Amino acid sequence: MKKELINLENISKSYDGQLILDDLNLFIRENEFLTLLGPSGCGKTTTLRILGGFEAPDTGRVIFDGTDITSLPPNKRHLNTVFQKYALFTHMTIAENIAFGLKIKKMSKSYIQDKIKYALKLVNLDGYENRMPDSLSGGQQQRIAIARAIVNEPKVLLLDEPLGALDLKLRQDMQYELIRLKNELGITFIYVTHDQEEALTMSDTIVVMNQGYIQQIGTPEKIYNEPENAFVADFIGDSNIIDSVMIHDELVEILGARFACVDKGFGENKPVDVVIRPEDVELVSPSEGVIEGVVSHVIFKGVHYEMEVMANGFEWLVHSTKMFSVGTKVGIKVDPFNIQIMNKPASEDEEAVSIDE
Amino acid sequence: MNKKKLLATPYLFWSVMFIIIPLCMIFYYGFTDKTGAFTLENITAIASAEHFKALWLSILLSLISTVICLLLAYPLAMILANMNVNQNSFIVVIFILPMWMNFLLRTLAWQTLLEKTGVINNILSFLHLPTLNIINTPYAIVLGMVYNFLPFMVLPLYNALVKIDKNVINAAKDLGANPVQTFTKITFPLSLPGVISGITMVFVPALTTFVISTLLGGSKVLLIGNVIEQEFTQTGNWYLGSGLSIVLMIFIIISMILSAIFDKDREGALL
Repeated sequence: MKKELINLENISKSYDGQLILDDLNLFIRENEFLTLLGPSGCGKTTTLRILGGFEAPDTGRVIFDGTDITSLPPNKRHLNTVFQKYALFTHMTIAENIAFGLKIKKMSKSYIQDKIKYALKLVNLDGYENRMPDSLSGGQQQRIAIARAIVNEPKVLLLDEPLGALDLKLRQDMQYELIRLKNELGITFIYVTHDQEEALTMSDTIVVMNQGYIQQIGTPEKIYNEPENAFVADFIGDSNIIDSVMIHDELVEILGARFACVDKGFGENKPVDVVIRPEDVELVSPSEGVIEGVVSHVIFKGVHYEMEVMANGFEWLVHSTKMFSVGTKVGIKVDPFNIQIMNKPASEDEEAVSIDE
Repeated sequence: MNKKKLLATPYLFWSVMFIIIPLCMIFYYGFTDKTGAFTLENITAIASAEHFKALWLSILLSLISTVICLLLAYPLAMILANMNVNQNSFIVVIFILPMWMNFLLRTLAWQTLLEKTGVINNILSFLHLPTLNIINTPYAIVLGMVYNFLPFMVLPLYNALVKIDKNVINAAKDLGANPVQTFTKITFPLSLPGVISGITMVFVPALTTFVISTLLGGSKVLLIGNVIEQEFTQTGNWYLGSGLSIVLMIFIIISMILSAIFDKDREGALL
């Protein structure tokens, strides 16, 4: 296990009496690609700004490589930030932008020249030394912002929704580019986004946040397949979240029908939330299913069909490559491994949300 | 003629009547003598000791006032730019409030304040402090210029400074720049368009003023504006007055061109 590089201990922060972060604890390992994921206002950007030194926490400590850096100003921290809207210096050339941090550190001219060359090559923009930032496209500007940060050889690179302003195709290309960069540089990336797909694609570890609390920390697979609460399940991908009752170990009653599952230890006759991913709902002939329903909507999505099936008073979201036309009577079946049981939300911030973003 | 052009006629009439014709008249008078013959004498008259001294003093006092305005306005504009709108609107109102009063009145008020037996000196002598004798000196004129033209420096600076993305400043700090380096390498260069338009907006009216120098300089300090005014209103020599006006115009055009070039360099660099 890699060593812990950054520790956030009991961090709280509020603005104008509104609590943004509430007693947040988090550690970040060396060479990890960690993503802070959540809807706007969940505290992810504030966390990043506290790491960068642009905000001071009201309480708590930031430990970096064994030393307390809570009150250290940003220019004294060994981490660099890539800002949301690039924040390039528009009055300087690309080369001057990249050289900025190195000139401040009084590095030699030849060293700086080599570094500029190296960084531009790394972000696939060799030959752009004398261009001005405004003459570059959004994606190019973002890559220059990354180059400007990494020439300083930070131990940690903080990225604040760096792809938010780019169009879809460019965003996908940049995601692969960032993964490649992270592997080539071997440094820690802390990435902030509200885009769950981005988080799933790039991260080693995802931290799902909502209303100032960490909801779940885990690998992308774990977060997707075993969400700990309804908020996480709902935020990461589409899902059917259904009020159910755990009859006993490995048996759950969903909408009045009994399904076999693999979860244990929830107790007997206990109300729970069940998460079933739309791609895990199997549509079969009515006699073969556990519940019977009627297809109410069909949309063609390219790779699959997205269907809604009305069954036992619940509208099931189903993804399938097989199409059933509207009005067809179908049976619903779910593999026991694909039924994820969760405790009922203990507080409001764990409840499922509708996301407009 | 289409309708859009028709709408422009009043403005066309206005600019012909009040800009083009007066300009032509200035040029006509400036290049002729009393007999109506062509001459350069009215232009070259600037080289006479008395006129040149007035022009030189005007340029000097305007430059000093501009520099003082810049030094006073920059910190204020920075403070305003760093506040949120609710906080700074009060200060902006306080700042703009005097501008709602007539320019002449405000300058006259300073005359009363600064007089030998004026308000300030009464208070000073009451407190047994040495009195302030700057009325009818260049100091009083600079004071009047700074007081009257300061807002014209603050506003363009403020506009330039609020436009700077906070994250650009944060990025400079993030890359290791201390507060002084952040200011000299990032904030100040990015605010240059505001600095240049502020300088132009203070320097040009200061260079041509005759009201401030008349009221606060008495008849003891003559600026080029006063000389021109006297030629028109007292001596009645419109030819010389026009000739000197053309010279002053040339200086203003030069300063505008300089600031435009400076600004263009930046704009050009941005492209």
